[in-house]
Amino acid sequence: MKVEKSEVWVTGIGLVSSLGEGLATHWEQLASGKIPVPAVDTQNQAPYPVHLLVDFDASAQIPNRSDQRQMGPWQRLGTYTAGVALSDAGIAGDPALLAATNMIIAAGGGERDIEVDVAIMQEISASDNPGPLLNASLNRDLRPTLFLAQLSNLMAGNISIVHGVTDSSRTFMGEEMAGVSAIETAVAQIEHGQGDIFLVGGAYIAERADMMLLMEFGQALWHGGYGPVWSRRDSSTGGMIMGSASAFMVLESRQHAEARGVKPYARINTVVSDRCNRQPGAARKVAEGLLQRVSDQLPAGPLAILSGCCGVQPQLSEELEFLQGLAQRGISPAIRGVTTVLGSTLEAQFPASVVLASLAISKGAFFDPFDDSGVEQPFTGKAERVLISNWGHWRGESLAVIDTPDVPLRGKD
Amino acid sequence: MSRISKDHLGRPIVVVTGIGVITSLGQGKEDNWRNLTAGASGITRISRFPTEGLKTQIAGTINWEGEGPYCAPVHTLTLARKSAREAISQSGIGSKGVFPGPMFIAVSPAETNWEQRMEIYRSAEVPETGYHRLIKNVLDGKFQRYYELYQFGSIAEHIADEFGTRGQPISLTTACASGATSIQLGVEAIRRGETDAALCIGTDGVICEETVVRFNLLSALSTHNDDPQGASKPFSKNRDGFVLAEGSASLVLESYDAAKARGAKILGVVRGTGERADTFHRTRSKPDGSAIIDTITRSLADAGMKPEEIDYINAHGTSTPENDKMEFLALSAALGQHVENTLISSNKSMIGHTLSAAGAVEAAFSLLTINAGVIPPTINCIEQDPHILMDVVPNVKRVQTVNTVMSNSFGFGGQNVCLIFSGEPA
Repeated sequence: MKVEKSEVWVTGIGLVSSLGEGLATHWEQLASGKIPVPAVDTQNQAPYPVHLLVDFDASAQIPNRSDQRQMGPWQRLGTYTAGVALSDAGIAGDPALLAATNMIIAAGGGERDIEVDVAIMQEISASDNPGPLLNASLNRDLRPTLFLAQLSNLMAGNISIVHGVTDSSRTFMGEEMAGVSAIETAVAQIEHGQGDIFLVGGAYIAERADMMLLMEFGQALWHGGYGPVWSRRDSSTGGMIMGSASAFMVLESRQHAEARGVKPYARINTVVSDRCNRQPGAARKVAEGLLQRVSDQLPAGPLAILSGCCGVQPQLSEELEFLQGLAQRGISPAIRGVTTVLGSTLEAQFPASVVLASLAISKGAFFDPFDDSGVEQPFTGKAERVLISNWGHWRGESLAVIDTPDVPLRGKD
Repeated sequence: MSRISKDHLGRPIVVVTGIGVITSLGQGKEDNWRNLTAGASGITRISRFPTEGLKTQIAGTINWEGEGPYCAPVHTLTLARKSAREAISQSGIGSKGVFPGPMFIAVSPAETNWEQRMEIYRSAEVPETGYHRLIKNVLDGKFQRYYELYQFGSIAEHIADEFGTRGQPISLTTACASGATSIQLGVEAIRRGETDAALCIGTDGVICEETVVRFNLLSALSTHNDDPQGASKPFSKNRDGFVLAEGSASLVLESYDAAKARGAKILGVVRGTGERADTFHRTRSKPDGSAIIDTITRSLADAGMKPEEIDYINAHGTSTPENDKMEFLALSAALGQHVENTLISSNKSMIGHTLSAAGAVEAAFSLLTINAGVIPPTINCIEQDPHILMDVVPNVKRVQTVNTVMSNSFGFGGQNVCLIFSGEPA
């Protein structure tokens, strides 16, 4: 009993990053023929450069101030962007559709109150009996709302409360790969009739000392000035430049979208992922295995590629060699380093790449090179498909193919 | 032949062939089942850290066995490892270090603990303070191990390294419904035909000062510090909150056909799952219970079953005034008259609330209930809430044939999941 798989369309998009808000702004920045200029700050978190989020009007999607107060910055950003995607897909405010909309959110969370942490550290470091003092300090200083405002599954919870999405609600964790698994799972569910419409996405706020500490446990951050990701290919250690961003999408079965008269931006052809222990060379080997699973979707000739390479070595070199190695298959890779323009955005990174790929498909053209490193070659033809390569900074590898469905697209009329 | 391997909607039947569990009542199914049916409590005064000044000083902790100070992800990982090992060993699936399917693991979003934060802070005297000092002190790589422990994907990756599950593992959280969500995801993957097997794990071992304070600030915890074993009182008139606890459970799920083909012993069938997100409030259900009612109704529809077929309900039963009231209200609406005939009990009366693990732990106990024909009691039920008109199996186990169990899990953020299990198909 072989059942025909449903096609998966991207029918709604919300995007906020250090480049701006919305698809038009991103297209303008990334396809103008000039090297894009993201808003990178080098002072606030020195020695770490950070891509700063542009201002956005949270009230436009979260009208109730008391709702906004119940959320940390990360939840507010995600709930806002999710609302934009739901509106864009024409679902917002439609109770029947919202009750049939499933959610898979790629979540970080745990946004600590840095001031409280710092005060408590100073207080108890001087004490001979820190235990009771810690209890007293936590009792005194933790805000009752903080726990929920930073709890990982409460981004989904807030999306239900504020926007009314009420079918299944799942929150995936695990940095970059959470974003991959969220979309990979939603695609599989739609393909097999386990739901017709999904809200997927993730958000990340980069200006967080607690996250800088987490990454520096592994010396994974880049110190110094801003530079495109490929400029770190000659560094022995490399390092990440973190960025704030939020990307949400409505994914929908073709039948469901057609029945309600909605045009797609693009089609999600395939998402595949795997893992290894990151011994030298292992990640590249995994990527080669993943390539076998998508290779029939990649004809010879110019290929538009979005790489989520985070800039840490030796992953950077391995991924770059893998992508440049596509040439052996007759493919001319036109690579764009997503983290050059957005920074490393962890859970938001793969969703943001799928959004950018969908934007390119809907325009029928690809982005101009993001830097002048020489790695990124121009792409001049019609972009009918985009290959996304997205590896975790610590673990996990993935590939995805976003392509053009055989129907008129959004933004063409 | 092929009829039995598909369910009422033509999907592969999903069965359970391995169960592993660890809670404050013991390690492994045998210890847990003996204590659970004896009505024992695993709740004690907290000894892991000083509790002076904390409103709640009791919990169902599991002893930290690691080296050095307690470290949440290491503890959480250890619990998951133990339950996974037991489940995989019972099922006899795969080979050493190779599990032939994906992993779905419910984990708590663990942040760096105060022990580790202060360890780093004190590790070198530098002029910097606050996070500048922490970061300065880790730059030489001395704390590299924390990089591989405090990522949100860490526990899943270490489990995948050890047990060789297939592909990218999925770490998930749906608050107190997480364990049940891990099982849903496994069921869905098998029903899609993507895999013949899945390893579903719930694990939680994060009880520290800050966990207690956070839940205290939400007024969610019992403060019966003078009587730890009597503190968790689901369905009782004087219940005053839940008791934090640790634990882990793992289930090996397989398609019926795959399990039969390799001659595996089938421990039960996952008949159906249901879910409906609530929109009302971050910590409270809609007053009319409609989201929970829908969750239960959808699980019955997914299973192709009528309310009358539910013999026993393994309650979410947290012992908070709000949950137990709403759970009964929703069951009354969803099951109708049958609510008076079916039995319900709460494992949490004995093991406390294992948070991210609860849905998986209680699924494991639901299956053991079916296999033993014994229903674990709801202990500490001295005076039942007069508004909860159900047989809650108060204080003493009930020997009774149980064919089908409904297991409920509800979490902060409007998360509601209901699972239905039956014995092996005839």
